[in-house]
This record gives sequence, C-alpha cells and structure tokens, in this order.
Amino acid sequence: MSVSETSLPEAQDDKAFGFWLYLMSDAIIFALLFATYVVMSGNTAGGPTGKDVFDLSHTFAETMLLLFSSVTFGLATVALLSDRRAAVIGWLAVTFAFGAGFVGMELSEFSGMIAEGASPQRSGFLSAFFTLVATHGLHVSAGLVWILLMVGQIAVKGLTAPVRSRLMRLGLFWHFLDIVWIGIFSVVYLPGVMG
Amino acid sequence: MNDAHADAARRRLKVYLTGFVLALVLTVIPFGLVAQGFFSPALTIAAIAVAAVIQVLVHLRFFLHLDLKSTPRENLLVLAFAAILIGIMLGGSFWIMFDLHYRMMV
Repeated sequence: MSVSETSLPEAQDDKAFGFWLYLMSDAIIFALLFATYVVMSGNTAGGPTGKDVFDLSHTFAETMLLLFSSVTFGLATVALLSDRRAAVIGWLAVTFAFGAGFVGMELSEFSGMIAEGASPQRSGFLSAFFTLVATHGLHVSAGLVWILLMVGQIAVKGLTAPVRSRLMRLGLFWHFLDIVWIGIFSVVYLPGVMG
Repeated sequence: MNDAHADAARRRLKVYLTGFVLALVLTVIPFGLVAQGFFSPALTIAAIAVAAVIQVLVHLRFFLHLDLKSTPRENLLVLAFAAILIGIMLGGSFWIMFDLHYRMMV
C-alpha cells in the first residue's frame, strides 16, 4: 500500500460529499436539457415526429438493460461488503456488459434515425432530442470507462480503503444515471410514441 | 467481524432486490399503458408522471440508500437545494416559453 493509498475515514466522507455536489450540479444540467426538450418537442418543422422515429420495444429493452445493470452493480456492492474480491470483479463485468449493451442499442437507434433523415439538424425537436439523450449516453460511456478502471484497480491493488471509496462513488454515479433515464423514457419516449 | 460483514451484506442484498422488483413494476406499468392505449392520452400522461416520480423515489431509497436518518444532513440539504433550483428553472422556463408561444399564436 503506497502513501497515497492510505487515507483517513474523514477524507473519504469529504470525497463522498464532494461527489454528491457534482451529482447535483449534473442533475441541474439534465433538468435544463429536459426543459429545452419539452419546449422544443413540438417544433418538428414538418419533419419526423416522435411517433415516426421512436420504437417502444427498443426503448423498453434499453430501460431493462440499464435497470439490470443497476441491480448487478448493487450485487457488486454486496460482494464488496463481504470482501469477495473475485465476485466484485465478476459483477462489475456483468454491469459493464449491460451498460455496453445499452450504449450499443442507443448508437444503433441514433444511426438508424440519421439514416432515415431524422438527424439533429432536421428540426428543433430532433436537436433537443439528440442533445438530451446523447448527453446521458456520454455519461453512461464515461461510467463504462470508470468500471474498467476500477476492475484494474481491484485486480492490482485489492480491496483497499481508497479503492472501496472509489467504488462507492462509482455506484452513486451509476445509479444516478439510471434515475436520469427514468426521466428520459417518461418525458421523451412514452409521450413521443403516443404522438 | 465476519458474521457482522455477512449480515450487512445479506441486508444490503435484500434492499437491492426489493428496489429491483419495485422499479420493474413501476417501469412495466407506464410502458404497458402506452402500448395498450387503455386510457385517454391525458390520463396515460398523468399515470406516466406518477409512476416516474415514485420510481425516482424508489431508486433514491433502495439504490442510492438515501433516508432521513443515516444520510448526512448536508447531503440532504444539497439535494433539497438542487430540487429548489430545478423547480425554479423548470417552472420559470415553462412559464416564459409557453406564455411566449401563446402570445405568438394569438
């Protein structure tokens, strides 16, 4: 354990609080992107509407992938509590697979829409849609990179106190993104499909 | 020590599984309502909104482990502050933009 790997519990609490502040500022960014989407959602400029471009079963599959990934991250946290290093890495790998599946489905949806001419520059509705949903997708992609980094750290350093604290913050981030997705399917996809 | 760890792990597992079942039900209901078209659009939108708010609370409670007792007070204060800011910014944006929209149409 190197010097930088020893830290006091109070420092970990400060880091958790600091990360919580970041999450709340991120929540404000998403709230404003939601507001922009709601204001712009009717401005289709004669182009495709939500009813034309959204697919309910595709969105449901994406939702399930993200929900399962939240639960498997929870199972990694449970394994962390009982110090089972291999199980932590295993559940993180499953979480990564679900998260990567989500990002893959989102990319195929975006490329399908752009191929049909429903690209971001087509209308205000589509600009706002791509900005909001892709910002969430970028966050999930960043979370995937973070999961890989943590798997590496657990493999190399083991379940040290700083590694545990980083995993807890990654958990906050991952579960937070699932909450933002509830907003996306409730505000964007479900009303969009209804037309 | 090990027993205490195993106990904490078992309790945590139960919390996650409870949260999962609740979240699953609260996701299937709005998707099902939209797929079936059972209610009028206005009623469906209202059901989607109610299910979404409850599901956000379920995620906060069971996945982010927020509660009024064990969560540090400053975290709850920041959450409340963010909620107030979001309320002002969303409410203000909708007020201004929909009023503008209304005046441009008439």
